[in-house]
Amino acid sequence: MDEANMRVDRTSKSDSERRLSTLVRHLGASCSPSHTSISTEQFENSKISLSPMAAFGSVFANVVQAPEDPILGVTVAYNKDLSPLKVNLGVGAYRTEEGKPLVLNVVKNAEQSLINDPSRFKEYLPITGLAEFNKLSAKLIFGADSPAIQENRVATVQCLSGTGSLRVGGEFLAKHYHERSIYIPVPTWGNHPKVFMMAGLKPMSYRYYDPSTRGLDFQGLVEDLSAAPEGSIVLLHACAHNPTGVDPTPEQWEQIRQLLRARSLLPFFDSAYQGFASGSLDKDAHSVRLFVADGGELLMAQSYAKNMGLYGERVGALSIVCKSADVAGKVESQLKLVIRPMYSNPPLHGASIVATILRSPELYHEWTVELKAMADRIISMRQELFNALQAKGTPGDWSHIIKQIGMFTFTGLNKEQVAFMTREYHIYMTSDGRISMAGLNSKNLPQLADAIHAAVTTM
Amino acid sequence: MQAQTRLNLSLLHQDQALFSPHLFLVTLVITPTRTILFNYSLSQKRTLYLKNLAFSSKLQFSARENIERKRRRTRGTKMAFRAMISSRATQQSKWVPSAGVARQMSSWFGHVEPAAKDPILGVTEAFLADPSPDKVNVGVGAYRDDNGKPVVLECVREAERRIAGNLNMEYLPMGGSSHMIEESLKLAYGEDSDFIKDKRIAAVQALSGTGACRLFADFQKRFLPDSQIYIPVPTWANHHNIWRDARVPQNTFRYYHAETKGLDFSSLMEDIKNAPNGSFFLLHACAHNPTGVDPSEEQWREISHLFKSKNHFPLFDMAYQGFASGDPERDAKAIRIFLDDGHLIGCAQSFAKNMGLYGQRAGCLSILCDNEMEAVAVKSQLQQLGRPMYSNPPVHGALIVSTILGDPELKKLWLQEVKGMADRIIGMRTTLRENLEKLGSPLSWEHITNQIGMFCYSGMSPEQVDRLTNEYHIYMTRNGRISMAGVTTGNVGYLANAIHEVTK
Repeated sequence: MDEANMRVDRTSKSDSERRLSTLVRHLGASCSPSHTSISTEQFENSKISLSPMAAFGSVFANVVQAPEDPILGVTVAYNKDLSPLKVNLGVGAYRTEEGKPLVLNVVKNAEQSLINDPSRFKEYLPITGLAEFNKLSAKLIFGADSPAIQENRVATVQCLSGTGSLRVGGEFLAKHYHERSIYIPVPTWGNHPKVFMMAGLKPMSYRYYDPSTRGLDFQGLVEDLSAAPEGSIVLLHACAHNPTGVDPTPEQWEQIRQLLRARSLLPFFDSAYQGFASGSLDKDAHSVRLFVADGGELLMAQSYAKNMGLYGERVGALSIVCKSADVAGKVESQLKLVIRPMYSNPPLHGASIVATILRSPELYHEWTVELKAMADRIISMRQELFNALQAKGTPGDWSHIIKQIGMFTFTGLNKEQVAFMTREYHIYMTSDGRISMAGLNSKNLPQLADAIHAAVTTM
Repeated sequence: MQAQTRLNLSLLHQDQALFSPHLFLVTLVITPTRTILFNYSLSQKRTLYLKNLAFSSKLQFSARENIERKRRRTRGTKMAFRAMISSRATQQSKWVPSAGVARQMSSWFGHVEPAAKDPILGVTEAFLADPSPDKVNVGVGAYRDDNGKPVVLECVREAERRIAGNLNMEYLPMGGSSHMIEESLKLAYGEDSDFIKDKRIAAVQALSGTGACRLFADFQKRFLPDSQIYIPVPTWANHHNIWRDARVPQNTFRYYHAETKGLDFSSLMEDIKNAPNGSFFLLHACAHNPTGVDPSEEQWREISHLFKSKNHFPLFDMAYQGFASGDPERDAKAIRIFLDDGHLIGCAQSFAKNMGLYGQRAGCLSILCDNEMEAVAVKSQLQQLGRPMYSNPPVHGALIVSTILGDPELKKLWLQEVKGMADRIIGMRTTLRENLEKLGSPLSWEHITNQIGMFCYSGMSPEQVDRLTNEYHIYMTRNGRISMAGVTTGNVGYLANAIHEVTK
């Protein structure tokens, strides 16, 4: 085994070594200024002058470096750019008009009251998380008067933001549901297929985005879901589709609902932007509530990362709406068995903040005001960008900028145009043409408009 | 009939990839049942036997197979009904706007069995439900002060005051807080560790000890798919769940000696020797959970030596550094011995107990590599495993850890507080043993003070534990494990008396 490892090392050394030294230089640049990159000789020498175990070598010696995350790679490149004009429209985290991250006032207040309460302890939460948080989260997404909640048909567990909720839901389905296929829209958030594959499901796809209209390919969606095997799971973005910003209309949602119910397809909602898309929590939950109202079952992954700005605290919830309270009870007990071998119980801090806010009418109201302000700023940026392009007479139809909703806009720009904008105008965005509207402000918007205009007219 | 056939075909076409049946569960569940059978009447035995049979036959099959078996039993009415509905649905080439009521007549999850309660956390649930004023909780391993109250360390409160309102809550990088990782590595590998200087350690922030073990198990599965994990007997129950869900096959190695209530060193060495070269072993770095039995320094050296000649991989689960002896450096001794001997180790660290950060889920997984290049590669792959689980780890606990360990004053305070916790527990061990000896117990209780850390493996049987619970309202896990953290000067006498009563 050891010889095999070393043989593999020698043959693949140059490729992986080049990639690795690049990565090491990246990490060195951001971590410690005094770090020097490793040269070929040093690498070879370090291989020789090892610990006594060198004869055996590491059992992980043939592990190759993983490719960089495409979205986070944008920020890495942005950080290296020395131009004062650079604009980061890559990762989807909200920025103020001044380009700064934002901690909501209501969150600061909640945190302070938690810190100042001497009776608070940091004991383990139950496996299912903070009970009050779970109840309030379910009410938030399904509506306080939801029949599913009143009939105790909802099993809700606290999870690590949207990702964690999707993963726990996926693993539960892989263990207890009779279908393994999950239908995912094209395009979707890059992490979706990985989450479901690791959970033990089989990602399939359905058409969603139409590049020619830069809107919804409704006919394609209907065709693909009509052809899906009965009982398949269908992933739906509740609102503010990531990365396109293209959402079905309420009428289209109703048609989607009927289609799914007619074919017994199981809906799995991902709600990462409730309140953040339109500014109204109820409006952004419309699609979900439509499905719950017909009495059927569904899964719902909720995230508080964006709408409460709790990104790094990893706060979210998975709800499974069941046919009966009895089933919901059993489902909850099985969810515990998925969670326990993953991380035992969820982190306390973020959920406590959310519960503090949601349970207090004053704080809740304050939150809705701050949330609407964030959503409004983004909507105004959309309008301004559209106006700027119109004023420049940039060729093409740019109305999708104001038709799309949420944090992202799928501009329709291609890879070459994006590379051009990065080179010439220091605009950093993902190569699929997605821009994070949250990164725009009145200062850098003209530059973006210039860049788009130049890219479209010269390429 | 045609519709029926269509439905049968659709069942066959389902993805048949089944996860392996949980065979080890059979041995864990069936054995305790057999040992208590002799206490029951004939008819009770028969009922139990039949129930057991049904349950064990269920256990032979995976969850998915059981779903199929149940479906086949209820085939008649349900299937015919569904066949009728599905035939209508498949005959439609286009969706037709209809009344809109969900076609699905029954729950998709109706077959889901209620899961068994977690053996450890279920104890606290039962305790909370007990109205007796005398009740004592020596079940779950969370520290209590001498008044039986949970504790938030002063250094933690101060760290929180500094954090709140001053920092944003942006996403951490996928691998977590680099500052926290740096401090965690210094604690485990030594302040001046060359491995840290040479950047040879691949490390990521993890969700406490559980998350660190799970990440390692997933990593092991992905990069060494033919490997297995050797787990000590007994161990923290969740260890088995973790490697099972990661789909890594498990073996066990002997550890605890029931007669001496100490370490079964010769069997341990034998099992290490008999395992195939290059096997993966899970070792408790200090304060073994649940027994509290640790190898001596000499024994650790012998184990390390044997590991070297067998080329085994040691994964250290260190959940109690500082909490066992009161001195973090001393508690890391086993790890340092292995490092000195040149092993390339893995280490799962938790700050749940030693910093009292339980609910914050703060931990770290590290893997010592041959060189910096490899460490970079391994870390990048560990991040890839965290991404589809939770994207990036929670920030709050990490900030507390790095604030405390990164500030000399706060670190000094922490060291004092952790020693205080360890000393109180050691004191309670002494008192409990003295009380039992004073009561004239014929049994030997020296294992109470020989064992170390939060737990004492009392040696009591499940029946004796049940008596403690039913007659004395004392709550603990049925394997006889006492959480010493729950023992106080207020209840140690009552506890000693009860133990004496059920064991004399």
